[in-house]
Amino acid sequence: MTMIEALRDAMDVALERDPSVVVFGEDVGYFGGVFRCTAGLQEKYGEERVFDTPISESAIVGAAIGMAAHGMRPCVEVQFADYMYPAYDQITQEAARLRHRSNGQFTCPLVIRMPTGGGIYGGQTHSQSPEALFTHVAGLKTVVPSNPQDAKGLLIAAIEDPDPVIFLEPKRLYNGPFHGDHTGKSVSWASDARGDVREGYYKTPLGKARVTREGAAVTVLAYGTMVYVAEAAVQNSGIDAEVIDLRTLLPLDLETIVTSVEKTGRCVIVHEATKTSGFGAELIAEVQEACFYHLEAPIERVCGWDAPYPHAQEWDYFPGPDRIERALRKVLEV
Amino acid sequence: MAARKTVKKTNVSGDELKHYYREMLLIRRFEEKAGQLYGMGLIGGFCHLYIGQEAVVVGLEAAAEEGDKRITSYRDHGHMLACGMDPGGVMAELTGREGGLSKGKGGSMHMFSKEKHFYGGHGIVGAQVPLGAGLAFADKYKGNGRVTFTYFGDGAANQGQVYETFNMAALWDLPVVFVIENNQYAMGTAQARSTSTPDIYTRGEAFGIPGEAVDGMNVLSVKEAGERAVAHCRSGKGPYILEVKTYRYRGHSMSDPAKYRTREEVQRMREERDPIEQVREMLLDGKHASEDDLKAIDKDIKEIVNQAADFARASPEPALDELWTDIYAEA
Ligand SMILES: Cc1ncc(C[n+]2csc(CCOP(=O)(O)OP(=O)(O)O)c2C)c(N)n1
Ligand SMILES: [Mg+2]
Repeated sequence: MTMIEALRDAMDVALERDPSVVVFGEDVGYFGGVFRCTAGLQEKYGEERVFDTPISESAIVGAAIGMAAHGMRPCVEVQFADYMYPAYDQITQEAARLRHRSNGQFTCPLVIRMPTGGGIYGGQTHSQSPEALFTHVAGLKTVVPSNPQDAKGLLIAAIEDPDPVIFLEPKRLYNGPFHGDHTGKSVSWASDARGDVREGYYKTPLGKARVTREGAAVTVLAYGTMVYVAEAAVQNSGIDAEVIDLRTLLPLDLETIVTSVEKTGRCVIVHEATKTSGFGAELIAEVQEACFYHLEAPIERVCGWDAPYPHAQEWDYFPGPDRIERALRKVLEV
Repeated sequence: MAARKTVKKTNVSGDELKHYYREMLLIRRFEEKAGQLYGMGLIGGFCHLYIGQEAVVVGLEAAAEEGDKRITSYRDHGHMLACGMDPGGVMAELTGREGGLSKGKGGSMHMFSKEKHFYGGHGIVGAQVPLGAGLAFADKYKGNGRVTFTYFGDGAANQGQVYETFNMAALWDLPVVFVIENNQYAMGTAQARSTSTPDIYTRGEAFGIPGEAVDGMNVLSVKEAGERAVAHCRSGKGPYILEVKTYRYRGHSMSDPAKYRTREEVQRMREERDPIEQVREMLLDGKHASEDDLKAIDKDIKEIVNQAADFARASPEPALDELWTDIYAEA
C-alpha cells in the first residue's frame, strides 16, 4: 500500500467507526484531493461527512475548531503545509489554547493534515517544512510519519486524540521511500516491508519513536523523508550507526533518544527544514541536557540551508546522503 | 456565461486587431512550447498554463497606460508576455537557468519586472490581492494618476484577505482594478462547489465597489470593460471590479489528471469561443488581412518562441552562490 492509500484507509476506518468524524478541505470531496488521499471517501460516506471547502484556510481551520469544541472530530486537509499560514492564527491562538483558557470545559480534538517537505521541485511555496512553527506552540501535538504502516496507525491515533494534532505528511514519501538520490530509480512502497499495511483498525501511539537501524557508533535522529536519506548515508559510509525515526516530534520520545545516545556517545540530527531555530536546535538542547556526560563529541546538525527553498538548486539545498555522511565522519573523528 | 457586453461587430482598425491576434498567439504558442519542454523534462515542478485565457490579459493591457502596474497569481506567463517582458527570460526562468528573470530563484510562479511594472507572480492563492491595493495606495500617495491591475482567480476570490482588501481599497478610494479571472475552476473544484454566488463581482456591492461581468473570450469586450474600469479609477472614484468570464483549456498545472470536467466541455469551448479564432475571423471577414498575412504572423511568432526556448535551454545553471544572494541587502 502507498502512503496515500494508507492515509485514506485510516480516514476510512475512522469515518466508519465514529460518526462524529468529518473530513474536509480544498478539492477533498468531489475530486478526492490533489494527492488523491481522500479519493472515494465522499462516494462512500456522503457529502455531509466528506466535503469540499472554498480556498479559505483560515476559516477552514477556524470552523473545524468550532466543530471540535462542539463534539465533532474533524480531520482537515490543508493542501500543502505551505498554505497553512493564513490558518496559523487559528491554529496557535484558538486550537492550541482552547482547553487551557476554558479551564478544560472545551477541548479541540482536531487533526490538520498537511503534505510537507521538498524533493518534488516545488520551489519556495510548495516545499517548506514548518514543523518547528508548531512544536513551538504549547497545546499542539506534531506528528511526521515516514511510512505507510505508521501513517495509518498514527493518523487513527491522531483522530482519536483529545487534543489538536498537526499531521505532517512528507509528500516525497507518498508513493515510495526516497533515499536522497533524485537521479536514481524511484522505488515504490510495494517493494518495501513498511508498505505492508494491516487491514482494519489499529493505532500507532503518538509520542513513541522507533529505532529503524540498530548500531553502536553514533545515533542519528531523523523524521519523515530524512529517515531514508539517513539510512542511505549510513549504508554508504559503512558506519555502525543507530537510526531513530522520531515519528512524533511533540510529545517527544526522549527516553528512546537518551537510551541510544548513552550507548553511542555521539549524535547527528537531520532535517529538511532550515537550520536556525529548526527542530534540530531543540533536539540538541534536550540531548545535551540529558546526555552531557555521555557525549564524546559535539552534536552535528544536517539541515536545509538558511535560505528560501530554491527552484533551480533543489539538490544543492536538500540535505542529501553525502552531507549526512560527512557529519557522521565528523562526529566520529573526535 | 453571463456577460453584459459582448462586442460583435466593430469598427476597430485592422492594425489593432492584428495586434491582438499577435499578442494572443504569442501567449498561446509560448505556453504550448512550455508544455513541450515540460514533457521533455527540461522544466520541473509546477507550471500553470494560460491557454484559453489569452483575451483577458491582452484586452486589459490594451486599456493600460505606461506606468500602470500589474500583479497576479502563479498563472502568470501570459501577463508577463502581454506587458512586454522578454519571452526568453520567462522561458529560462521556467527551466531554472541563469538567464531567467529571477535567475532561477523563482520558477514559473515567481517572476518580476521593475521595468514593466510587473509585481509578480505569486504562488500563494490570494496573497497578491492586498499587495495590489498597496501598490495603488503608493500611486495615489504620489499623485501620479497610475492604476494597478490586480488579477486573481475565482478560487482566490474566497480568501478572506480579498475582502479585507476590498474594504480598504473602497475606504481609501484606491486606484485599483480588481480583475477576477473566472475560468470556472479552482484546481479540481468547479465554482459552484465552493462559491456561494455565481457572479463574484456582485460581492463588491457590499463594499460600495462597482463592477461588472465581462465576456473574457472576446478581447474587444475585455478591452472596452478595461477602459471603463480604468477611467473610473483614474478619475479618483476608487476601485472597480471586472469579473472576466473565461476558461482554461489545459489542466490546472502540468500534473492535473483532469477528472473533474468532461472532454466535451473543453472541446466545446475551444470550438465555439476560442479568443484567437474570434479575432482571426474578424480579420478575415473584415478583409483586414489575408490568410497569407496571418501565416506570416504565425511564422514570426513561432520564430520568437523557438528563440526563447533555445535561449532557455542554452542558458547555464545558476552559480551555487545564488542560493544565498538576495536574502538580505548586501552589507
Ligand atoms: C493559500 C493557498 N491555498 C491553496 C493553494 C493551492 N492552490 C493553488 S492554485 C489553486 C486553485 C486556485 O484557483 P483560481 O483562484 O480559480 O485560479 P486558477 O488556477 O483557476 O487560475 C489552489 C487551491 C495555494 N497555492 N495557496
Ligand atoms: Mg479558476
